[in-house]
Amino acid sequence: MMVSLFSQFDSPWLLNIPLVLLALIMPWKLFVSFGPSWAGTRSSRLVYAVMETLMSQVMQPLNKLGFRWVVLFSSLMLMLMTLNVIGLFPYTFTPTTQLSMNLGLAVPLWLGTVVYGFRNHPVIALAHLCPEGAPNLLVPVLVVVETLSILMRPLALGLRLTANLTAGHLLMHLISSAVLGLMELSVVLSGITLLLLVFLTMLEIAVALIQGYVFAILVTLYLDENL
Amino acid sequence: MGLSASQIPEPPKKDLPLWDVKLGELPKWVARRDISPTGVYFAFKRAELKFNNKYVHVKRGGIAPYAMMLTGYCIMSYIWSYDHIKHDMMRKHH
Repeated sequence: MMVSLFSQFDSPWLLNIPLVLLALIMPWKLFVSFGPSWAGTRSSRLVYAVMETLMSQVMQPLNKLGFRWVVLFSSLMLMLMTLNVIGLFPYTFTPTTQLSMNLGLAVPLWLGTVVYGFRNHPVIALAHLCPEGAPNLLVPVLVVVETLSILMRPLALGLRLTANLTAGHLLMHLISSAVLGLMELSVVLSGITLLLLVFLTMLEIAVALIQGYVFAILVTLYLDENL
Repeated sequence: MGLSASQIPEPPKKDLPLWDVKLGELPKWVARRDISPTGVYFAFKRAELKFNNKYVHVKRGGIAPYAMMLTGYCIMSYIWSYDHIKHDMMRKHH
């Protein structure tokens, strides 16, 4: 019997060490980049090739000034994708289901882009609060709306990642419980539900990768406005 | 991080490797080793370097190191969360 559907998202502790620590170490230790050969290993070249393709898309909105941020964005994207995909393995813990961690990533990155913009060109940054070509009567309302939209960005960024992963994990949990429950009643129904679970798992792998990409590309867009 | 084998200090004198130590002599073996925080850190670093040199930094690597790391991670996660998930198990006495 399930104690609670959401109990799967608690980080278990062993010897006063939380599992979230082990989960956060995994992306760091999984990708070994430095070795004796300058050319790298097969796996590091594969990771490099994939990241090069993805980062060329992520960095597209930015001009030359923004290219200095590529290391941050590529490591952010790789970390999020790895954490999300590894969380789909059995018995593992997904740190990105915790709103605290996602807000901890989203708020500093968003705030960094806003402060960068206000520090370097405050007039242009303030001008972004009023869309071009707006009627004069609507300007006060639009400024308030734009300010609120900017303030909501970190919340949306963190919550999007949390909600997508939490919903996926919950759905997988529910459908797997249904498969086990239906096995005594009807093997055929259980088999159909199992097929559904297989497709859902494939969807979850895609969602895990896409959410990491979306997080990085949104931060890039916020930076582009402030460069 | 990017430590090479020459930067990681070896234990002071050659001792029995862990595989060859008898269970009864394990506490004495642990006492002979350097169990300070830096000693433990460098022990993990030596193990990591040995693993990487054997499986990762090879000309024609495969999926073996990643499969091993992920399997070990799943097993460790199971051990870590056993107290939490034993209530969900289908057994007579919880």
